[in-house]
Amino acid sequence: MPRGAVYGFLGPNGSGKTTTIRMLLGLIQPTSGTPTVLGEPIPQRVAYALPKVGSLVEGPAFHPYLSGRRNLVRLDAADPQASRRTAGSRIDAALERVGLMPAADKNYRAYSLGMRQRLAIAGALLQPRELLILDEPTNGLDPQGTREVRHLVSDLADDGATVLISSHLLSEVEQICSHVGVMHAGKLLAQGTLDELRAQTAPTVRLETSDPQTAIEIMKRLGLKRPRSERTGDHHLISAELGAVEVAAIVPALVAGDVPVLGFRAAAQSLEDVFVGLTGEGFDVSG
Amino acid sequence: MSAAEAGTAEAGTAEAGTVGRAPNPVVSWVRLFASECRLVLTRRRNIAGLAVLSAVPILIAVAVKIWGVGGGGPSFVDSITANGLFVALAALAVELPLFLPLAVSWIAGDSIAGEANLGTLRYLLAVPVGRTRLLTVKYASLVFFSLCATLLVAVVGGLIGSILFGTGSMFLLSGNTISFGATVLRLLLVCCYLAAGFAALGAIGLFVSTLTEQPIGATVATVLINVGMFVLDTISQLDWLHPYLLTHWWMSFGDLLRSPIYTGDLNRGLLTALAYAIVFWLAAWARFRAKDVTS
Repeated sequence: MPRGAVYGFLGPNGSGKTTTIRMLLGLIQPTSGTPTVLGEPIPQRVAYALPKVGSLVEGPAFHPYLSGRRNLVRLDAADPQASRRTAGSRIDAALERVGLMPAADKNYRAYSLGMRQRLAIAGALLQPRELLILDEPTNGLDPQGTREVRHLVSDLADDGATVLISSHLLSEVEQICSHVGVMHAGKLLAQGTLDELRAQTAPTVRLETSDPQTAIEIMKRLGLKRPRSERTGDHHLISAELGAVEVAAIVPALVAGDVPVLGFRAAAQSLEDVFVGLTGEGFDVSG
Repeated sequence: MSAAEAGTAEAGTAEAGTVGRAPNPVVSWVRLFASECRLVLTRRRNIAGLAVLSAVPILIAVAVKIWGVGGGGPSFVDSITANGLFVALAALAVELPLFLPLAVSWIAGDSIAGEANLGTLRYLLAVPVGRTRLLTVKYASLVFFSLCATLLVAVVGGLIGSILFGTGSMFLLSGNTISFGATVLRLLLVCCYLAAGFAALGAIGLFVSTLTEQPIGATVATVLINVGMFVLDTISQLDWLHPYLLTHWWMSFGDLLRSPIYTGDLNRGLLTALAYAIVFWLAAWARFRAKDVTS
């Protein structure tokens, strides 16, 4: 992961994202190999690496009968590098940053899921951090909360922090991340900048028509690769890889061949296509 | 302390690293210890438990005041009317087999398993709190709690007894009398002796607590171990085992009320408690040091 990047860590449920994050934080021991965080081997040197890392793992967890502020005081007290004298101002700043100031003295029990999530982010911001590891930071947030978290993450990245966001929400990752890694069945399948990943897969065209045979014939003749047809309602949706074909030439050729063109779109592959292309479709949970 | 700490340093994210402004490790340990004690002592559930503990001496004192001594009953009850401070001793003797060990087991069982159950353990470790450091703080707070609970029973007993029966010089078990001040001192020694025993039980609880994510389960297991030791202690065929049982020595606190204090069994009791505490704390450490925290 390059410094200063916002790295989107993608993968289907059960693909090993959280396990990887647990390993990075020294919560579990790897069966083989040694991960490093900010150049320090984990778990041997967690005490040196983790003070520079803020994290949100598997959702928020706090003492329900303490207020948000008291919970942060507790976390801060656990930090051997935190000074008691600056605790008050650091906690206030963190609460302010996530917009929880008005609810700071309410019991955590009374918090909504979004507020809990924000409190966890505030906990990660109690110290200046070089790296933030955020596991599903927008889980359970309303659209507004999601937007706020997005802004927060961009702000933090602008301040120079490196951010690792694990998520299965592709649109979210597409919007905030500069780099992406895709995990499946415990293996990192691909990583790079968003553009690099997109470039690995060819742009496609999609055509909606009621005459798939003729359409496929014409598309093949034009030089489009691997046309596939699938039925959607009354029509057929045909997708094919564009290759070197001029997009503008396709529709006239189809019309000239008397193919009813009900819809046409040419697009670079969305992250979703890239993702599904890498991890496959379906619901199988990889053990 | 470095200059960076002076003034109201705002916690921006991209500020200079934290290195160099770290407080003294002892200071930060004490801060976490204070936070832990505060957590234990302000929790409503625990306050309710402490209230139950302090209800026993009140119950004993009121019962004796209304219905008199009437022979029989727990140890020390006969002497209450002569000196109110005996209420404290009677209450400690009554709570010794179950109530006080239960309270300590409750806190001990909750210590690691409770945090694991809430999920706060992973955040503490990610801070990073340091596993060994966390375990020392947790155990120190258990020792502190053992002493607090024992003192609470004694203080409430002493107060209610003094109010209802007055205080005077105390007749010791060996027959001579000592002044009020000396009696209070003896009572304090009794509390420390018993707290040492309970703290050793706390080490067992701490170890059990590292084995599970269910705090109640850890508490029940610890209580069972405590009751089990009392049961073993009653089986005379197992008398060779008795000196090695933690609970075997607890009733010896009465030796502190002799003049001069008979130290033989007390020393043996303290030594046993220390051995249990060290062995089980180390077991907890060995288990927790490399434990995978997945909750």
